[in-house]
Amino acid sequence: MSGWFAVLLAVALAAALTFLTLPIVAIFAQQPPDDLLAALGEEGALDALWLSLRATAAALALILAVGTPAAYLLATRRFRGRAVLITLIELPLVLPPAVAGIALLAAVGPSTPLGRAAQDAGVQLSLATAGVVVALTFVAAPFYLRQAIAAFEAVDPTLLDASRTLGASPARTFARVAIPTALPGLVAGTALALGRALGEFGATLMFAGSFQGVTQTVPLAIYDRFATDFTAALALSAVLVAVSAAILLSVKLVRGPDAVAR
Amino acid sequence: MMAAAGSSRGLRFELRTRVGAVELDVALEVARGDCLALAGPSGAGKTSVLRTVAGLLTPVHGLVAGGGEVWLDTARGVDVPAERRRCGYLFQEYALFGHLSAWRNVAYALHEIPRAGRESRARELLERFGLGDRAEARPATLSGGERQRVALARALARRPAALLLDEPLSALDARTRAAAARELGAVIREAAVPVLLVTHDFTEAALLADRVAVMDGGRVLQQGTASALAAAPASAFVADFSGAVVLTGEARRADAGITVIALDGGGEVTALEGEAGAVAVSVYPWEIALARPGEAAHDSARNHLDVDVISVTTVGPRVRVGLAAPQPLTAELSEASARALGLTPGGRAVASFKAAATRVLPR
Repeated sequence: MSGWFAVLLAVALAAALTFLTLPIVAIFAQQPPDDLLAALGEEGALDALWLSLRATAAALALILAVGTPAAYLLATRRFRGRAVLITLIELPLVLPPAVAGIALLAAVGPSTPLGRAAQDAGVQLSLATAGVVVALTFVAAPFYLRQAIAAFEAVDPTLLDASRTLGASPARTFARVAIPTALPGLVAGTALALGRALGEFGATLMFAGSFQGVTQTVPLAIYDRFATDFTAALALSAVLVAVSAAILLSVKLVRGPDAVAR
Repeated sequence: MMAAAGSSRGLRFELRTRVGAVELDVALEVARGDCLALAGPSGAGKTSVLRTVAGLLTPVHGLVAGGGEVWLDTARGVDVPAERRRCGYLFQEYALFGHLSAWRNVAYALHEIPRAGRESRARELLERFGLGDRAEARPATLSGGERQRVALARALARRPAALLLDEPLSALDARTRAAAARELGAVIREAAVPVLLVTHDFTEAALLADRVAVMDGGRVLQQGTASALAAAPASAFVADFSGAVVLTGEARRADAGITVIALDGGGEVTALEGEAGAVAVSVYPWEIALARPGEAAHDSARNHLDVDVISVTTVGPRVRVGLAAPQPLTAELSEASARALGLTPGGRAVASFKAAATRVLPR
């Protein structure tokens, strides 16, 4: 490698690193850690955190339970219209969050037939925690589905055949061979969906509103405070950064040993 | 007819279907304890036959009976799912589960027996294949030969009603292949079930199977023992494909890197390779020269066998001469030299070939 090119690469990396880490470092540098901790103690901040965790967990559970078999079907069968189906599933990925919120209101809002049916069944969607879960699921599911389809497509079909000849039904083959073999990809997809759900803002605000303890997730709480109480907004931001970093790290750890073994 | 095949616990199948570009049309039968090789070039439809028998592929028209049951009868709408057909299937690349250790791969096939007994049974099977100390290893850390044996142990674990082997040796390097071929031969001989073997290598088919069915373009062109096919090919394709002559015998090491093989049924040949023990000797028909009795030039670098002429077949510009030494072998020569020798069935001749051209394979 010639000298000037090596310098160019190093400079590019340094610029990217600085630009991407500076804002995150600044969150922690703006205020002394004690002030951040104190701000977290404020009523509402913990509510938001707790709600974010609950709603995200519920959304992820839905996404994994429905998304995993759906992705397996799309990955292992070839049929007419499969490409169209995959495109439809991926559409929310490129949807602006505000559009996602409007779309949800139009589909299952309180004045729609589906929304009324849900209400009659005892499930309050708009302006309720269940609505937050719906919004998070809607925006985060495509991230998981995309990864899961790719992960299942990468499973050698001979392994699935082998499982069948060894006496395993298609369901057992799915659970005992396909999922474990695709696991690194499924974990990566889960992390992407988790990150997206945790940071969800626009669709939640429009569809579920921002009521403390009911629909106000951490991003909404940050937005709510940043004009009036910047320290509190910083503190909540710091928590989100920490949680996100922990997710990223654990994904790397889960995939790491496997990558080494390969 | 199906019932007869069923009660004999053999394997019987008739398939007519289209797989990709190949129009498959095959009807074959394998008796219990017998090994039939499907041999042919890639794209002949061999693996599709295996997959159909195992239930991994459903033909348009077909009948498959094995283990005393009808597994598939498209006319009557019978299609037993793969997991209930009891086929031990050895896949070409072995298809071991990468997330499971060797013993867990074997135990995967044992989920019908009580959980408590699975591990010991799996380890016992691995032990039988000399892999007792590799039971905890993941497939990625096993050698090619070890992987093949784990896959074989796994395929046999369910006590299958039929054993299906897809190119069992082709994923192995040349060094491992000889030993693996010997072990596989023992497994096939001991298996009290019909064995269906797919290979593109006629010598491998001759070595491992009792009978060979040569396939091309989705059809069986000819079937019989390997030596019968090589000696009397029904078509130029079979003649070309059946390539090598295979003779069995007992080898012993002589001086100076020379191996002497006493052929079963009589005759002796020397080779420059091979270990002592039961072997198969292989030589190509075009490497065998023929002479009238007493007219063969004596040359210690060549093997000489007194043979009976059984058949003389013209294949294009070449003539294939079926011989008995008494083991069957085939020589291939030009039409001119065949005419000059005046070869006729019932006559006698001397077959000779270079010791250096004589390949020795463990059996």
